[in-house]
Amino acid sequence: MSRILTGNRLETGDVLYWAGSDWSTRIADAIAIGDEGEALVAQHIAAERINDPVLIDVTGEPGNFLPTTTRERVRASGPSVRADLARGSLSVEVI
Amino acid sequence: MYVYDKYDQAIVDARVAEFKDQVGRRLRNEITEDQFKPLRLMNGLYLQLHAYMLRVAIPYGTLSGTQMAALADIGRKYDRDYGHFTTRQNIQYNWIKLEQFSDLLDDLSKVEMHAFQTSGNCIRNISSDQFAGAAADELADPRPYAELLRQWSTLHPEFSFLPRKFKIAVIASETDRAAIQLHDIGLQLRKNNAGDLGFRVYVGGGMGRTPIIGKIVRDFIPMSQFLSYSEAILRVYNRYGRRDNIYKARIKILVTELGIEEFTAQVEAEWALLEPLGLDAPKAEYDRIIAQFPEPDYDLSASDTLDLSDPDFAVWVKQNVHGHKQPGYAIATISLKPKRGIPGDASSDQMDVVADVAKRYAQDEIRVTHSQNLVLAHVKKADLYAVWQALDAADLATPNLDLVTDIIVCPGMDYCTLANARSIPIAQRIAAKFETNLPEQQDIGELKIKVSGCINGCGHHHAGHIGILGVDKKGEEAYQLLLGGSGAEDASLAKILGPGFDENGIVAAVDKLIAFYRTARAAPDERFLDTYRRLGAAPFKQAVYG
Repeated sequence: MSRILTGNRLETGDVLYWAGSDWSTRIADAIAIGDEGEALVAQHIAAERINDPVLIDVTGEPGNFLPTTTRERVRASGPSVRADLARGSLSVEVI
Repeated sequence: MYVYDKYDQAIVDARVAEFKDQVGRRLRNEITEDQFKPLRLMNGLYLQLHAYMLRVAIPYGTLSGTQMAALADIGRKYDRDYGHFTTRQNIQYNWIKLEQFSDLLDDLSKVEMHAFQTSGNCIRNISSDQFAGAAADELADPRPYAELLRQWSTLHPEFSFLPRKFKIAVIASETDRAAIQLHDIGLQLRKNNAGDLGFRVYVGGGMGRTPIIGKIVRDFIPMSQFLSYSEAILRVYNRYGRRDNIYKARIKILVTELGIEEFTAQVEAEWALLEPLGLDAPKAEYDRIIAQFPEPDYDLSASDTLDLSDPDFAVWVKQNVHGHKQPGYAIATISLKPKRGIPGDASSDQMDVVADVAKRYAQDEIRVTHSQNLVLAHVKKADLYAVWQALDAADLATPNLDLVTDIIVCPGMDYCTLANARSIPIAQRIAAKFETNLPEQQDIGELKIKVSGCINGCGHHHAGHIGILGVDKKGEEAYQLLLGGSGAEDASLAKILGPGFDENGIVAAVDKLIAFYRTARAAPDERFLDTYRRLGAAPFKQAVYG
């Protein structure tokens, strides 16, 4: 099982995923995080620009990561009851 | 309706300016998120699953058409064209940006609205009866007293850091439409033997993790003294409430641990010290506020008859319209539970329609109900058909008040960080089985289904005739089934019926419950709740679990 890094942008609250050198709103851009994960979280907590940075478990491969928990799948896709507000990188159907 | 005086506006303006400065400092990284979080929560701003969520206070659920139109504009400008009316008579926006927040606060304050004290361990929005001022069975309009409580509790320096949040509801009828026995303080207006107005005071009610029905701490407190008495209750709670354990920090736990006799004795002792200090509002202040809730300028010649020749209109009148104390007038409830809808949600366009209808036909006044519907409290019967036509054109005339499809639902895990399971899809699936068959809904009769996505109980599952609680079961969404709750004057707490279900299972279980009820009721008009109370849980359990 892989881990990816997620958080919310301070200015907008947007759900974000760590894409290697910057943040992306698309889970499809997320990269797998290795042993450096905890240090990366600590770095972003210290920077105070991303709220609640946290590592989450995902299945699948880069480009098609799928969070293991319903909560994170909802975060990645948007409310399951508002398909019109879906983020696009992950369909609400996967929830 | 109450109109801000210079002090009210000055308080809001000062608080808005203070929070705008705090937002700016956070955006410039001059304060940390740990420092900022309690400040934003005190101003109603949460960080939820998808974005910031803002909860705007609607005092005792009353707002003007102008205010509703402003809420619609905020949905358009700062959110995604909609808002969500909550079980505490407030409105929430789900897609707020911190960087736009200062402008949003300015827009709110221009219409005498704000968001502070909609979160945090303080006295929250005062709630009341959505039929206030219009109900035939009330002693007086309860909202002036709710307004006094609002002013007393706003930025009250002693009660800004209570052990936990604190909720107060005020009614003036024997019929309880505000669930006062499930509040930290519930106030019921009544008269003593001398004919003087005062309040029966309930304390220690609540839902959430430890549901408890409130107990009477005083059967009658004179109207002129209810503020100091409330202060005494808050003081005892503030002093002895359990700050060591968040799960035991509500006043209901203190009342339970002390016992109502000891708690009452402590409140009375505190009040004996407080009352002589002159904390109560002077009569002139009562008079000033009461004068701002005048009787509408009724048309005394208004016809008391209705043309019900349009069958769709007649159905809506039968289900969603209540009698008014003034002949020739009616109370109309706007259902926010349309087919395939999300309970409590309204688009900006729909809010504009409600605002316009209120201005044209309903004394420019709207109420939000704790059941997540809206109310036009003063509609001339002669105007009801035009009101219905305007609402129907905006998908706001679903005739399902108090029926099986009029479901209370919290946002659940579709939006909320606290939730363990989604609640909205459960409500939608249950409603879908009945929403195309109104005669079947009417045959089932009054049935209050309430769904919460976690133990905090924002969906009032413990007060549901059928309550559903979302839980986490080894990482999967699961649902507990509860029966027998009521938030009305016959308050009771729903109890778990048996093992939980997955999503398909809970929908099927509700189906079985309703089918059994229809065969078991003693008469066609015996409510689901009354059948349950008469028969007990066993046959319902048998119907669901076999």
